[in-house]
Amino acid sequence: MFSSCADPNNLHGLTWLLCYLTTGKHIDFYWSFLTVLTLLAVTAPVALAFGFGGAMMSRSQRLPLRIIGKTYTAMVRGVPDIVFFLFFVIALDQGIEYFFHVVRCPDWTEPVRNGLEFRVCPEAKVPLNSSAQIWHSLYGFALAVVTFALVFGAFASNVLYGAMQAVPRAQLETAEAYGMNHGQVFRRVLVPQMWVYALPGLSNLWMILIKATPLLFLLGVQDIVYWARELGGAKTSAYAYPHPDWRLYYFLGLLVFYLAMTKISELVLTRIQTRLSHGQATASGEAQRKAAA
Amino acid sequence: MSCLQTIADYGLRSMGMGERLLPKTDFTLCQQFTLIGSGMMWNIYFGVLALLFGFVLANAVAMAKASNQMILRKPAEWFIFIFRGSPLFIQFFLAYEALVLLPRNGIELFGLTAEVSWLSRAWAGALIVLFLNTAAYTAEIFYGALRSIPKGDLEAADAYGISGWSRFIRIQWPTMLRLAWPAYTNEAIFLFHATTLVFFSGFPAFRQEGDALYYASYLVDKTFNPFIPYPIVAFYFILLTLAVIRLFGAVNRRLNRHLPSNERSKIKVRPQIIR
Repeated sequence: MFSSCADPNNLHGLTWLLCYLTTGKHIDFYWSFLTVLTLLAVTAPVALAFGFGGAMMSRSQRLPLRIIGKTYTAMVRGVPDIVFFLFFVIALDQGIEYFFHVVRCPDWTEPVRNGLEFRVCPEAKVPLNSSAQIWHSLYGFALAVVTFALVFGAFASNVLYGAMQAVPRAQLETAEAYGMNHGQVFRRVLVPQMWVYALPGLSNLWMILIKATPLLFLLGVQDIVYWARELGGAKTSAYAYPHPDWRLYYFLGLLVFYLAMTKISELVLTRIQTRLSHGQATASGEAQRKAAA
Repeated sequence: MSCLQTIADYGLRSMGMGERLLPKTDFTLCQQFTLIGSGMMWNIYFGVLALLFGFVLANAVAMAKASNQMILRKPAEWFIFIFRGSPLFIQFFLAYEALVLLPRNGIELFGLTAEVSWLSRAWAGALIVLFLNTAAYTAEIFYGALRSIPKGDLEAADAYGISGWSRFIRIQWPTMLRLAWPAYTNEAIFLFHATTLVFFSGFPAFRQEGDALYYASYLVDKTFNPFIPYPIVAFYFILLTLAVIRLFGAVNRRLNRHLPSNERSKIKVRPQIIR
């Protein structure tokens, strides 16, 4: 990165470290932190939407919808989530390719599952074999996002369903007495009030989501864990910057990153909780009212 | 080959007994069930031992965190923050990298040489990480329960002249356990789930002796069919979860036996996944 790094004779002490930490691979490593943050930023709203849908379905008057909603919510209990992560990525990938296989190659006669292989026609590969590397990475990342959203959506659905049930019955009955219909009660009374009950559960989920991000590594995305292992491994003198096994230090760095994320989230979530409790008929809302009076 | 023969060959494969070579082609359903089931032994081993040791440490840490003395409170708070605030996945990696850096020839202590290479093996290293991790999570649960002991109970103890150690052992501790038990049940369930991470993080599987998920992903790698091995893992874990709920439910009933039925705390499974 710096021009002085080109001359090996200059490199010692702090200059060595500075040059070492700004090599191309290290820049990739720093960008991968952005991958993790992007995953968080994309997954959280999508999972929340999935959860909202699941919670609404679980409350539905119609039996089939209710069954789908409840099944989705119950899906993730009792089974380790990592199984879902590993399962969904392959299942989604094969499902998408099979769909394109049926659409694009109707005359293909060989079976798709042939012995130990899963083989679709070349046109059905996603992304196509000929596409650029960037599409392969993006596709992998998108699969990871959908998987995270599916799993965390089920958890969010559980939390939101509980929160919707927790809104005092009297509030809804009052709204009905004013002549509001189902949709209006839901939009104007239930949803605005449920957040305060949902927040503790959702904050917990957010913390879990942060801590779930290293699993990206298992899904084959080049995330921070991948780079920490890659860069930290012992480098012989064949490399520009030889060093012994430094993975311990890289992982210590990751540990500090995650601890910082947790701490910041805790501070922000406490503030949101205070803000949301304002004027609510809960213990903390009551405490705020008394403090002000 | 009959299914019984398969069970005899691979039933203890994860412990290094029986057939050494894993099947490479023509996987039968029986083979998949047997291999994954044999891997479950590791999950149970990690889960049970970590819970047992973690329970003891968690009591100490929870008491330290509830203490008035800064010198006890601060280390406990940091211990809990570090283990609850970072992913278990990273903790495994970190522990493994730290443990392999230990000298290969053992450590000289007072003229005695202590072997340390076993520490970097999964059975010991991963167990230590899981033990510390569950101790931190459990300590937070116990600390919360310790703080929500009804004031009246403690005042009643004072009125009877029960104080100090006997107040703790006869009133505070049983009440704490009773209040914490539903949450602790959840912790136990998710600790068992967390054991699946062991062979996917730093710790390598020695001679292909891995846990249930290790064998499942081996089978998926070979067959490109995720629709059989992963549901088998799910099946085994649902059985394990039900067993844990039964066992902890029995303890919960015993802890609540003196209360009228409407005041008993019930166990409810809540999602609290990856740590």
